[in-house]
Amino acid sequence: MTIEILYFAALRERVGHPRETVTSDARTPRDLVAELAARSDGHAAAFADMAALRCAVDQQLTDLDAPLGQPREVAFFPPMTGG
Amino acid sequence: MSARVQTAPFDLATELAGFGAGAGAVVTFTGLVRDDTGSLAALEIEHYPGMTERALTDYGQAAAARFGLCDWRIVHRHGRIATGQPIMMVATAARHRRAAFEAADYLMDWLKSRAPFWKREIGQDGAARWVAAKTDDEDSLARW
Repeated sequence: MTIEILYFAALRERVGHPRETVTSDARTPRDLVAELAARSDGHAAAFADMAALRCAVDQQLTDLDAPLGQPREVAFFPPMTGG
Repeated sequence: MSARVQTAPFDLATELAGFGAGAGAVVTFTGLVRDDTGSLAALEIEHYPGMTERALTDYGQAAAARFGLCDWRIVHRHGRIATGQPIMMVATAARHRRAAFEAADYLMDWLKSRAPFWKREIGQDGAARWVAAKTDDEDSLARW
């Protein structure tokens, strides 16, 4: 399936761009991370600290091990600092 | 009952005009850019367009259902915001004060660690540094 991947904050800076379109059959966000991390040194650096990684699938916060389904959009970012 | 994300400053008096009609209590919280070191020029706030509005609306509706609110409003800015300036506000209106206070506290705890905003500190020397999430913000969320 084709998925739009979005990156925010420090992850966006490490990857080097805010979004990219990928083709993947990943079953969970964690599986998708393993595929993305292999794309470049910047991607690997962005995903180096899995404990500090948060994920939204189709704009809903999602656990990294939840079933991915057939998402249109998956976003990866560090812990949020709103308020 | 609304959530807004914007770069422009907001005016508390304007936001509260007509807010909470019929309520017995209105609580507001405003967050400002704080300078702990005397060297901060501004914050730059990044967000996730689309998800942010959806998440803020979800949290507002959850607070309304849980605390029986008559009205609620969330305004959160993004982009560059100078030291001392307002970042965001929540307003809650209820029949009695305790529900209004608790709903505002609840909303702030959710916004701190579950709304897709990321703060970056811009020093007076121009250096930029991402703000790390605080574990006590996460602990605060567990209260609810």
